Amino acid sequence: MTAPRPAADIARDVRSGSRRAVDVVDGYLAAIADREAEVHAFNLVLAEGARERADDIDRRVAAGEDPGALAGVPVAVKDNLCTRGVPTTCSSRILEGWCPPYDATVVERLAAAGAVVVGKTNMDEFAMGSSTETSATGPTRNPWDLDRVPGGSSGGSAAAVAAGFAPLALGSDTGGSIRQPAALCGVVGLKPTYGTVSRYGLVAFASSLDQVGPFATTVADAAVLFDVIGGHDPADSTSLHRPTPRVTSVLDQGIDGMTVGVVREFLDGADADVSARIAAAAQALAAAGARVEEISVPSMRLALSAYYLIAPAEASSNLARYDGVRYGLRVDAPDTVAMNTATRSAGFGAEVKRRIMLGTYALSAGYFDAYYGQALRVRTRILEGFAEAYRRCDVLLGPTTPTTAFRLGAKVDDPLAMYLSDVCTIPTNLAGHPAVSVPFGTGDDGLPVGAQLLGPALEEGTLLRAAAVLEAAAPDDGRAPVPAARVGSGAGGAR
Amino acid sequence: MADPHRLTREDVAHVARLARLDLSDEELDLFTGQLATVLEHAADVASLDLAGVAPTAHAMAVTNVLRADEPRPGLGRDELLAGAPAVEDHRFRVPRILGEAP
Repeated sequence: MTAPRPAADIARDVRSGSRRAVDVVDGYLAAIADREAEVHAFNLVLAEGARERADDIDRRVAAGEDPGALAGVPVAVKDNLCTRGVPTTCSSRILEGWCPPYDATVVERLAAAGAVVVGKTNMDEFAMGSSTETSATGPTRNPWDLDRVPGGSSGGSAAAVAAGFAPLALGSDTGGSIRQPAALCGVVGLKPTYGTVSRYGLVAFASSLDQVGPFATTVADAAVLFDVIGGHDPADSTSLHRPTPRVTSVLDQGIDGMTVGVVREFLDGADADVSARIAAAAQALAAAGARVEEISVPSMRLALSAYYLIAPAEASSNLARYDGVRYGLRVDAPDTVAMNTATRSAGFGAEVKRRIMLGTYALSAGYFDAYYGQALRVRTRILEGFAEAYRRCDVLLGPTTPTTAFRLGAKVDDPLAMYLSDVCTIPTNLAGHPAVSVPFGTGDDGLPVGAQLLGPALEEGTLLRAAAVLEAAAPDDGRAPVPAARVGSGAGGAR
Repeated sequence: MADPHRLTREDVAHVARLARLDLSDEELDLFTGQLATVLEHAADVASLDLAGVAPTAHAMAVTNVLRADEPRPGLGRDELLAGAPAVEDHRFRVPRILGEAP
């Protein structure tokens, strides 16, 4: 059986001339027009620009050119990725109306592959949050249940793919911001190895953790997008000197003989229905020829605390640049320090202020070693824990999130409860490793459950091979994010 | 090593000043409670004995990243200034930085 790959199929058809890019784009724009008002996946829909771009691709095909691997494929782009001349707000008042003078490298690579950017997606402000509720433009809602959060921080990108607004999206993952919303919205989300995808033009949150990655409805499509955006970029000094990844070609190699470790620490805090799905996922991997064993990685228990010292510390430094001088908001005041203070106080929302203060505190005199220094040593312990696990296992398995999508408003007043929703995704970022979330059935509430596969650095191919097995084995309980009556009104982007 | 203690309202006010944030009384109360809760959760990290463990600042560290020393076009001045809230004579305009001269 050939794995489903709707985005790749669009590109194939557009390249061969059997389907016009403009018709593809119009179909998705119709789906957006139909349901965006209730989902709010986008900060900005680029309808006109997308049609012009699609026209251009059709002209190139007619002229005998090949626009590339994503010819005519609509892509939703998270609003923390710079788009030249197009507002890039990070869902923050402090960047409202700012138009970057350059494209992020990943946006350039999309264009070079013939993709069509259909809009900038909503997100938690500066990617700080797990529900997209800290956005200054209002929350995104989960297409499966509009009273639930889509997860975050890339909630708009996940919701856009789940709602059939685009077959592909880009997000960024600092502590789970691709995988957690992918899990809660029932789509595939890949957090690549740190350094495999350029961060040039990604507005910085925590630079040692941030990584750009793909959302898609299927594993094969996520692989195609990863192959397009990955590879060395001289404009990013942390970019690894490695050739462009080619994971697309290894997806059907199966997992016979692979060893999978089910991580006990990730299951400890998970709801029973989520744990049951992960147990079924483990059985599916075993049935496909993998050796499955339970494994304990005790240092995982320390990851959340370390992360909420390291990420805010880096954020407090990165967000010092929003001073009302060079871009974005300025609130006038008689002198510069007062202007800086008035601007930042008016421009940042509560969660961003909390993280900046937490980071400033962790880095301040007297506490630097007790908090930040300790967190960096814990990071070493986490790397050691993973290294030991990967001596026995090729990949690790666990839930992406401890619960299915929670209700809007349930955790906004309790930051620690919100942070705990990232407990299974954070260790990967601290280690710089790749991990992928794949939909694997639904919980007792009928909402999606995500199975998370983790692997050693640069083992995206191994991860996605296992992910493809899970995708093929995932229970089909007939549920879908788009109400049945609406299917077919758009571009057929929803599964 | 400093002894982590329960975060106070004064600590938060001090940190807010360092971070150039002006907080209302209500915000100070709210954030003090919330940040103290997060830091208490982090006490498991702060209290570990990790003497002799090397810190990791970057998981995939690369070193000595240099590009060829060749001139290349950059972004234009006007393009960069276009995003600024206030510009004068092709420069970023800011309010007074220092106090009045004595």
